[in-house]
Amino acid sequence: MTAATAPVADVWTMSRRQLRRIRRYPSLTVMLVGLPVVFLLLFVFVLGGTLSGGLGGSSYVDYVVPGVLAMTVASVVQGPIISVAQDMSEGIIARFRTMAIFRPSVLAGHVLGGLLQVVLGVVVVLGVSVAIGFRPDAGPADWAGVLGLVIVFGAALTWLAVAMGLAADSVETASNVGLPLTLLPFLGSGFVPTDSMPGSLRVFAEYQPFTPVTETLRGLLLAAPVPTSTWLLALGWCVVIGVGGYLWARRGYERR
Amino acid sequence: MTPAVLVRGLRKAFDDHTVLESLDLEIRRGAVFALLGPNGAGKTTTVRILATQLLPDAGSVRVAGHDPASEPDAVRRAIGVTGQFAAVDDLFTGRENLQLMADLHHLGRSGRARVTELLRRFDLVDAAGRPASTYSGGMRRRLDLAMGLMGRPEILFLDEPTTGLDPRTRRALWDLVRELAADGVTVLLTTQYLEEADQLAERVAVLDGGRIVAEGTPEELKRRVGGGHVRLRFADPDDVARAGSVLPAAVTDPATLSVRVPGEGFGAVREVVDVLETAGLVAVDLSVHTPDLDDVFLTLTGKVTS
Repeated sequence: MTAATAPVADVWTMSRRQLRRIRRYPSLTVMLVGLPVVFLLLFVFVLGGTLSGGLGGSSYVDYVVPGVLAMTVASVVQGPIISVAQDMSEGIIARFRTMAIFRPSVLAGHVLGGLLQVVLGVVVVLGVSVAIGFRPDAGPADWAGVLGLVIVFGAALTWLAVAMGLAADSVETASNVGLPLTLLPFLGSGFVPTDSMPGSLRVFAEYQPFTPVTETLRGLLLAAPVPTSTWLLALGWCVVIGVGGYLWARRGYERR
Repeated sequence: MTPAVLVRGLRKAFDDHTVLESLDLEIRRGAVFALLGPNGAGKTTTVRILATQLLPDAGSVRVAGHDPASEPDAVRRAIGVTGQFAAVDDLFTGRENLQLMADLHHLGRSGRARVTELLRRFDLVDAAGRPASTYSGGMRRRLDLAMGLMGRPEILFLDEPTTGLDPRTRRALWDLVRELAADGVTVLLTTQYLEEADQLAERVAVLDGGRIVAEGTPEELKRRVGGGHVRLRFADPDDVARAGSVLPAAVTDPATLSVRVPGEGFGAVREVVDVLETAGLVAVDLSVHTPDLDDVFLTLTGKVTS
């Protein structure tokens, strides 16, 4: 093992650890992925009939799926918040700190594990969407774009989630600190167009992270053009959230 | 050879609460050294600083010749840590916990054999496939210790390794510590059990209020308290007074109807019995008191332990 490959080996070891922990606690993953599926069904079948009236005839399921996908990311990263807080409450993290291992590897393991749950969640939600009548027009390049954006956005939010998990004093508070993150998608263009919102809320809704991400996903899935400013804003938010989350997480880890 | 641990003038405060005042410590390589003190004396803080988990406010610290603050990884490569609360992954089996340690020590192919060796040595073979959450307190502590040994550390920190264990499990753990010491591992043990320090350590430092108040071999410390005594108890105060007059060295305590005669061993007892018999006195109770570390602690700090 050379000095150069040790960090990679440590990140790999910690990622396998996290994957095994996720497998050992499957009910959490089921809950995390199940919630956005419930929201998808709720919006399409319960609220969709009325909401689609304001869309000028286009199918509501086509409109709402990209929004639910963005929401899925926010909802699934509640998992890392809880699992990081839980991990920190156990003695094994203290042990890791006394070992000569690549420091960020513990957190990187949580991020990779969380990211895998995000991808799983998105795949499940997409599957259910198609089953209930979602018909994407995306070509191979569009699908690659969807996957890429899900991964980049997922990684950014997962780093933020890891930082939030580190900031929580206990597992109990950890399950609450993520709440703003689950509510944010509703204040955007995911479920209804922002045009219908009152002034200042509308400005907020148009520029907050979930809206450009949703709009980019919507464009890619429906093979419609995505304005450069929209996908740039989406990627910009990913960089800001990801880097900010990473720095906050590292600080939180060093502090504890 | 440089000492395994060398600490000079170590200070640590949390906010305005000073935990370590000015700590000096020197542990030679291969020694079993006990840091003895009551709860809140600063034992765990000391271990956490030595084990690179906490930065000191002042003072110089060398562990295996390295400064934990500026060369943490060099220190981490030399140490193994077993804490008060077993640092195991509850969702993992015993074998998986050990394999995780093997992977983090980059043992590669030799890791599997080392895992099996440690499972056998710590009597965990039968439980190897069960999640650690199902382990008993003693098994968790053994697994924890085995995990700390994966990297073959030169220096092992055992922070209250037997707190909360039943006497039998405690003795089994003591045997393991003795085996490690026989292998040449330096052991720094913190404990609030005086018997534990007495049993395991060649040197003991007594920590109180953030300072070392005494240090030496268990025998040296016991000698500081003075010798033992024969304790007698009588049925009435007159007998106590008469015993005091026939035994000139005795200290009488009429309130408890007892008499303490300095002296140790069979000879002292026989002498006391002879004198009493000649005087026609009968004690209702006789006991021989040999000083232990509890007396040391009481004498040095004016506090009673446990």
